[in-house]
Amino acid sequence: MRLADTEVVDTFAEAFPMWGARIVITADSRAWAHEAARSLTGFATSVIGCKCEAGIERELDPAETPDGRPGASALLFATDREGLAKRLVERVGQSVLTCPTTACFNGLDGEETVDVGGQLRFFGDGYQASKLLDGRRYWRVPVMEGEFLVEERFAIAEGVAGGNIIILSRDAAGALRAAEAAAAAMRTVRDVILPFPGGIARSGSKVGSRYSGLIASTNESLCPTLRAQVPDTDVPPDVGSVLEIVIDGLTLEAVREAMARGLEAAAEAGASHVTAGNYGGNLGPHHIALRDLVPGLRD
Amino acid sequence: MPLTLTLREPPAVPLETEGLTPDGLAGRSRGEIEALTVWHGNRRAQLADFFAVSGNGDGELRVEGDLRRVKFLGAGMTGGRLTVAGEAGMHAGADMRGGELIVEGDVGEFTGTGMRGGRLVVQGSAGHHLGGAYPGERAGMRGGEILVHGDAADQVGAGLRRGLIAVAGRIGDAAGLRMLAGTIVALGGLGATPGAAMRRGTIVAMSQVTLLPTFAFACSYRPPFLRLYLHHLRALGLPLTDEQIEGRYARWSGDGLELRRGEILIYEGGR
Repeated sequence: MRLADTEVVDTFAEAFPMWGARIVITADSRAWAHEAARSLTGFATSVIGCKCEAGIERELDPAETPDGRPGASALLFATDREGLAKRLVERVGQSVLTCPTTACFNGLDGEETVDVGGQLRFFGDGYQASKLLDGRRYWRVPVMEGEFLVEERFAIAEGVAGGNIIILSRDAAGALRAAEAAAAAMRTVRDVILPFPGGIARSGSKVGSRYSGLIASTNESLCPTLRAQVPDTDVPPDVGSVLEIVIDGLTLEAVREAMARGLEAAAEAGASHVTAGNYGGNLGPHHIALRDLVPGLRD
Repeated sequence: MPLTLTLREPPAVPLETEGLTPDGLAGRSRGEIEALTVWHGNRRAQLADFFAVSGNGDGELRVEGDLRRVKFLGAGMTGGRLTVAGEAGMHAGADMRGGELIVEGDVGEFTGTGMRGGRLVVQGSAGHHLGGAYPGERAGMRGGEILVHGDAADQVGAGLRRGLIAVAGRIGDAAGLRMLAGTIVALGGLGATPGAAMRRGTIVAMSQVTLLPTFAFACSYRPPFLRLYLHHLRALGLPLTDEQIEGRYARWSGDGLELRRGEILIYEGGR
């Protein structure tokens, strides 16, 4: 298939259910809200090594936040409810509670909730106090700067992780240019995050390894330097660099929309090929075919 | 047209109307409503003896007339919307559990006493013991919200256990007397001895106030939770400025004769 001058491989991305939460952070300035969100979502590229995947969803204007201050929203995903609850407590506790001027709120509607502020309140060592407003409980935790305000319960929802596109180009600079354009386009979609640095992963992996105990290792079939060594290489002869963008989202529709915008942007930015990662359809229940994403694709 | 009860003429002695709530009247025929029991002083009577019934509200009830001697309007309501077109007598909204009660005029004493949920809006002023406790009871209001656009008299939120009381005008003496928790916001000033014997909870004053000597100054800061509350109250129509929402407040802890875990926050100025 082709989209403009880009070859689009007729394949699909294989995505999995993951549990997600939205964390709204506010602060006295946009810069401090962003700082806390960046810390909260740090070292959260992949559940393989980080126990969760997280990213900044978008910046929030004061009119969009509960306390009328500038803010940022972040999404955090984990493989199960219990894991998600633990990661929320750890990360809000270490990265938001500690950050000057911030407050932290649940940003998701939903019936199912986990306890976050109700755990962090114990940092107050008995001096904490709660407030109940409009059916939502908040904890006021005294800190040296003043007071940290955190909502007691955060809603969680079953989302979709592992949406992806893989961008191929003649050289590393071209691949990066196309991937940056794709990531920028994907960030315009609500309800999704791109958990890797800058949204882009250079080290797409396969399941398992020749070394025992290693659950993931380099995806040699897409490593250009191994094209001559690997019998089943997927790297076309004119390709010198490959980058991947992974998308996690609160809904399948949002992930699909982000993939579509990324695919179009990558093609427009000069990617020679775009493909997607999957496991033969045997692992994840969500199969997102590239063929169905963009109307302008032609065989 | 909402279900409307129109008082024909003011009763000679107080009329008690427990059960006149949107949820209590929902699904009843006009005949059933007219036959409901009310108490005129110590005499049992029927609702139709005093009120004309019209309309057929679906969770919405309107009561009209000179209701100053009509007690317990909206008491115990759990849902729907009740509008009192004019003034209401004592105990309006007492023991409310949910829904919205709007009084377009003043309300009498003990309004919202024992309230556990819902929202009570008074567009005029309120008498003593707003959201307070009945004599002999330790805890007063236990949840919900009371908004008063005018003034409120003494012992607002006495024994307050949970919930929010906000008064746009002036509050009388002994606000938050023996309060246990919850929040009182006074936009127009506080009378004498606010927070006397309070254990926990918050009283917010937008103007200077004379405190009991058993309150101790802690610091001047911008309480993060207060922004939520003040934004919420402004959205509900109370006159709050950006300076008040974003401003600094002096935190006084007390009452030192109790746990000293309550607080009185006094507005110091904007930004």
